Amino acid sequence: MSARFDVGVVGAGVMGATTALFLARAGMRVALIDRGELCREASGVNAGTLTLHMTRASLIPYAQAGWRMWMTTDQWLGSGVDAVATAGLALAFTDGEADLLERRAAVRREHGADIRVIDRQRALEIEPGLNGNVLKAAYCETDGYASAYLTGRAYRRALAEAGAAIVEQRPITSVEANDGGFAVRAATGERWDMQRVVLAGGVWLGEMLRWLGIDIPVKCLINQLIVTERLQRVMRTVVSVASGLLSLKQFANGTVLIGGGWQGRGDPVRGGVETIPENFIGNLRLARWTIPALAQARVARIWLGLEAETSDAMPIIGSLPGVRDAYVIGSVHSGYTSGPYMGKLLADLILGREPERPLFDPARLVGIPMPVHT
Amino acid sequence: MTASERGFDVLVIGGGPAGITAATTVRRHGGRVALIDENVDAGGQVYRPLPPGFPRSSKPTSEQRAGDRLRDALASSGADTFFEHKVWGVAPGFRVDAVGPHGAVALSAPRLIAATGTSERVIPFPGWTTPGVIGLAAATILLKAQRMLPGRSTLVAGCGPLLIAVAAGIVKGGGRVAAVIDVASRGEWLGRLPALVSRPDLLARGARWMSTLRAAGVPMLWRHAIREVRETASGLDAVVGPVGPDGAPRSGETCHFTVDSVTVGNGLTPASDVSRVLRAKHRYDLVKGGWVAETDGSGRTSVPGLYVVGDGAGIAGAAAAEHHGAVAGLAALHDLGRLDITVVRREAERLGAKLDRAARFGRAMAGMMAIRGAQVTAIPTDTLVCRCEDVTRAEIEQAIDDGAREVNQVKAWTRCGMGPCQGRTCGDVVAEIVAQRVGGREVAGYFTGRLPLRPVSLQAVTGDYVYADIPIPKAAPL
Repeated sequence: MSARFDVGVVGAGVMGATTALFLARAGMRVALIDRGELCREASGVNAGTLTLHMTRASLIPYAQAGWRMWMTTDQWLGSGVDAVATAGLALAFTDGEADLLERRAAVRREHGADIRVIDRQRALEIEPGLNGNVLKAAYCETDGYASAYLTGRAYRRALAEAGAAIVEQRPITSVEANDGGFAVRAATGERWDMQRVVLAGGVWLGEMLRWLGIDIPVKCLINQLIVTERLQRVMRTVVSVASGLLSLKQFANGTVLIGGGWQGRGDPVRGGVETIPENFIGNLRLARWTIPALAQARVARIWLGLEAETSDAMPIIGSLPGVRDAYVIGSVHSGYTSGPYMGKLLADLILGREPERPLFDPARLVGIPMPVHT
Repeated sequence: MTASERGFDVLVIGGGPAGITAATTVRRHGGRVALIDENVDAGGQVYRPLPPGFPRSSKPTSEQRAGDRLRDALASSGADTFFEHKVWGVAPGFRVDAVGPHGAVALSAPRLIAATGTSERVIPFPGWTTPGVIGLAAATILLKAQRMLPGRSTLVAGCGPLLIAVAAGIVKGGGRVAAVIDVASRGEWLGRLPALVSRPDLLARGARWMSTLRAAGVPMLWRHAIREVRETASGLDAVVGPVGPDGAPRSGETCHFTVDSVTVGNGLTPASDVSRVLRAKHRYDLVKGGWVAETDGSGRTSVPGLYVVGDGAGIAGAAAAEHHGAVAGLAALHDLGRLDITVVRREAERLGAKLDRAARFGRAMAGMMAIRGAQVTAIPTDTLVCRCEDVTRAEIEQAIDDGAREVNQVKAWTRCGMGPCQGRTCGDVVAEIVAQRVGGREVAGYFTGRLPLRPVSLQAVTGDYVYADIPIPKAAPL
């Protein structure tokens, strides 16, 4: 395959796939290339939480726009991901958490999220399954969830209809700028030529940016997810805690998904490979504490998903510094919610349209090392 | 707080013949070993123990005697045993988490021997999830461990030596076997005889089972398979028809059996959950029963310190498993620097010859149980394949039409294999369906190993605690 594309997107998660989709629909010849398959990493294995509680406060307007896109996939994607709109609660069980809850809610309100703090009684009216020891809750009407594992299937149909070339199982080894474009080479020996390139490789972005001589460290989080067997209804809202370290929701089929970013072991090369027993037990304890009826639930499956994070924990989306016609998109905290909107914004930039919200200039992070956590 | 870890030299998961001899061998040479099994006592599926309180027969069968011999050896070995413990977690290094009658336990050791046996394969047909239709393995449990018949009259169908074992067990237990339906021909069985004489004792046992069935007048239908089972007012109506050597249905007369129970099994697949979770290298081997961890002769996998033995390493039968476990026990202790190579060589040589003879028999049997692709091809489109999540063949085919190229994509798009059994029941059949469309088992792959190995309740894992006991990490940034 040596045909010349108008744009090649390397990395077929939600952000890369949405960028590719809108570029293809605008008439560009698009190749969407992935080391594995469409939306099989973070975009396909995340908790599917569509929430304003968890994302970084300054990303709230983006998350709201992404939320609206997920709820209206029939209008822009075709098939959907079983997105459900429901209320979201973030809980506090200690005085310290109650303070944190107030602070988090206040700063999110400043950024446009309709989040207010309610008392125990009101929280139990909204979600009767909660532990009665809850002190306060932050309440947001705009919350919900999707079945992330359906994402790849939905995008595949849309991309195929838009005429994008979907190239899977091709680990890319280099992207090289040349006269008037880029040559992208795979481990298989294949090569694709393109006028523009978009790097959308999630936790692999750090390495990918180095192909073009750009040094932006990208950290890899190994997020643990746990799902139960089907249960009778034990909850109806999306529930998190003040610290952000829990997400709970019950799907229509009765299964309850338990997330929150507790860590497993792994790395970008091997993927998520090892559950840490203490973190598994800790995550379950927090879940059971929050919804006591979960005590009798049985865990059906645990898995680990990779999440990218930059040194300031903010996204990198926009033109790459010093390389013409090269772009990056990724490292969006709680990125599944805002992902489709971020992809649409980048597509606008590439198409020469003014994006309706500011992007996230990667130049700010060049050469800045990861902060050392204590 | 949660259970504190108890340390050993070697952990053995599974108390069948391979696990037992692995543990007793490690003990005999001075290693500290713990054996964990979900049943009430050791023996595994083949030498399944009677529950406590069941009277013992005054005339035990050869199988019961073999089981008792192994159980006695384990009990007197000094190995720590954890029966009625469901293992839900394995972690590199190694740590094994289990839940037992007294709560959660965590065991650790630098060596782990997985002796987890097999799962039964059932090739779906319309009605296979009807109440009263059970696996041959389930019938075996009823007969051996509960002394119960699956029904008053039973149709026994599928392939492999379990057919006649179960049918003979039903007859001896006083039940009626309507017929034995075998995908194989009589000629296929006869063709295996030269390999079977390697274990005349086992061959003789098979001959006794056959004569029991002949004496009871049980019809044997060779080259036949169940087409459909329907519930009727008078019981289960099983439709049986002829098949070709590849398992494909052939035109010809079908017959009906009205019974109150159908037991059906189409062979065994190695239970490779532990080695898949620990990310060992696996390869597909049709005769060994499916995807198996790559192992050397002593059960060493590509993951240092992890050994896989017995049928879980590839179907070779109980007799071979017993020797295989001992060989791996020696290897584990030697790899720990605890056993001199001369001792290992001496014992391994003695065991090796026995292992070879037994494995020759076992592989001949395994060959009779290998999946027949055309039988899978013939599964009707509206038939359920994944019974946990009610996924039909048509939905699997649609996912492939939509671009899924391997089983984990099919899993994500259809939920097949996402239920409590994690694909233990449907996994091999789903993989065969995908393989026939995408160009082979290696392309289709296998379900990624995921914990828990058995469903486990939040209460059992989390125990008693207060909020301050939850080790909540640092809050995410604002």
